[in-house]
Amino acid sequence: MNFVQQIRGSFPILGRKAGGRPLVYFDNAATSQRPESVLDLQQQLCSGHNANIHRAVHTLSYEATEAYEAGRKAAQAFIGAAQPEEIVLTAGATAAINLVADCMARGGFLSGGAILLTEAEHHSNIVPWQMACEKSGARLEVVPVAAGRDFPNTGAVDMEAYRAALRRGVKMVAITHVSNILGVVNPVKEMVAEAHALGIPVLVDGAQGIVHRRVDVQDMDCDFYVFSGHKIYAPTGIGVLYGKRQWLEKLPPYMGGGDMVDKVTFEKTTYADLPLKFEAGTANFVAAACLAPALDLATSLALSPDAREHERALMAAMAESLQSIPGLWLAAADATDRIPLYSFTIEGVHPLDAAMLMDKMGVALRSGHMCAEPIVDRIGGGSMLRASLMAYNTLEEVEAFRAALERTVKMLKQ
Amino acid sequence: MSIKEIQDQIIEEFSIYDEWLDKYEYLIDLGREMPLVAESDKTDSNLIDGCQSRVWLTCSRSADGRLHFAADSDAIITKGIISLLIRVFEGQTPQDILAADLYFIDAIGLKENLSPTRAGGLMAMVKRILAYAQEAAEG
Repeated sequence: MNFVQQIRGSFPILGRKAGGRPLVYFDNAATSQRPESVLDLQQQLCSGHNANIHRAVHTLSYEATEAYEAGRKAAQAFIGAAQPEEIVLTAGATAAINLVADCMARGGFLSGGAILLTEAEHHSNIVPWQMACEKSGARLEVVPVAAGRDFPNTGAVDMEAYRAALRRGVKMVAITHVSNILGVVNPVKEMVAEAHALGIPVLVDGAQGIVHRRVDVQDMDCDFYVFSGHKIYAPTGIGVLYGKRQWLEKLPPYMGGGDMVDKVTFEKTTYADLPLKFEAGTANFVAAACLAPALDLATSLALSPDAREHERALMAAMAESLQSIPGLWLAAADATDRIPLYSFTIEGVHPLDAAMLMDKMGVALRSGHMCAEPIVDRIGGGSMLRASLMAYNTLEEVEAFRAALERTVKMLKQ
Repeated sequence: MSIKEIQDQIIEEFSIYDEWLDKYEYLIDLGREMPLVAESDKTDSNLIDGCQSRVWLTCSRSADGRLHFAADSDAIITKGIISLLIRVFEGQTPQDILAADLYFIDAIGLKENLSPTRAGGLMAMVKRILAYAQEAAEG
């Protein structure tokens, strides 16, 4: 069995049809599909081990807690964190960024300074910082990327502008590992080093990056790294916040409630140790536990050398397909290091129309501003189409995509 | 023709298409044929902002109290569906519009276009038409 057959066999949903044709699922940057191992564990935990975690002494609670903590340990191992205490389980990448932004603001770490973002961030790495600015009196510094019709179209962060901006009172850097619009892998290790040389902490948004690159947070040396489970084969409702222990200890707690406390009286409450200090309320233990099989699949299959080779073949085929469509403009077409994620516009074709017709031909794409309005407004006139592939996509699907896109453009341009 | 008769006529027209793509091809044609809204009427107050496409809708009332609509969109399929909505409501009385049971969209299999995920602004457009009718009925 070759790599593609092996990985596809693990995803029952990929065998279904859409619009009467075999489904071509190219919206993986929005959410990935779940393998059987994850679906089985979900079912197994709900039917056999359901209880509230960390609280009771009974058997079910013990089993549920074990499963939850196994998810944490899987995340720790997957990104190479030094200790499980540095892994905070959240509802997703968005929740993780909100946690850091809010706690940095309330802890007084942003006051009177600036937060540095790149232009290609998605809303989840913009809006929480704007809210932190309101709380702390900080401001935003936005570094441009080289993308657009009148620029070199590499999608690269302007490093000169980055270095200059760091020196304008920046107290926190929050950058994406891979933009969900450009698909370009940012030189985050270098960016972290530049910031650290000036004593500035860095959060890396790994929502897209974690799916396509091996991440070692100790090597990257970032202070925070966040990602969502549902983009990497796990269920929705679980995310990972990695934080260096020194930072997580310094930050004030986020939400108050059960599980995050040490001792509660009406006069004074003391908080639990890491990581529970940041995990108030009953956690989504089923989804957390599913990180283990999901990340196991990512390690053994999706990020294997076979997968990298397959991904390279997919990217070559996608580049060729997109080039064959007249009037198509691809964002970051000249990128040197990218993931198989393609945002594009087609002259005379409204992205919404194209996405609707493609859907009727079985191809699932995204259209619109894709939760990153600032960059899509500048380079795509407010709306683009996006195709995002995973290791389980095939060359045959790329061909079906190309044929469907050709037909779509023909129908809309007549 | 009554609102019901026009809806039945549209359902009849669509019944000849078995293939989804043929239906959309027809919608695209309808979108192309629809008269444009004058650029000067594409004002913010006439704009119904969907998440992914924009729709402009104007409404006027003739001496006999009937309502007349014109609409436009930057997306052609959205425009095709709009043209069907306009055809149903054009020249009807405010009372008939308010009392109408809008079933043709479901019947021709375009219901998903009224769901929030399609974000084409069509649901908002129907609401705006009803609001115009309400205003006219009260005035």
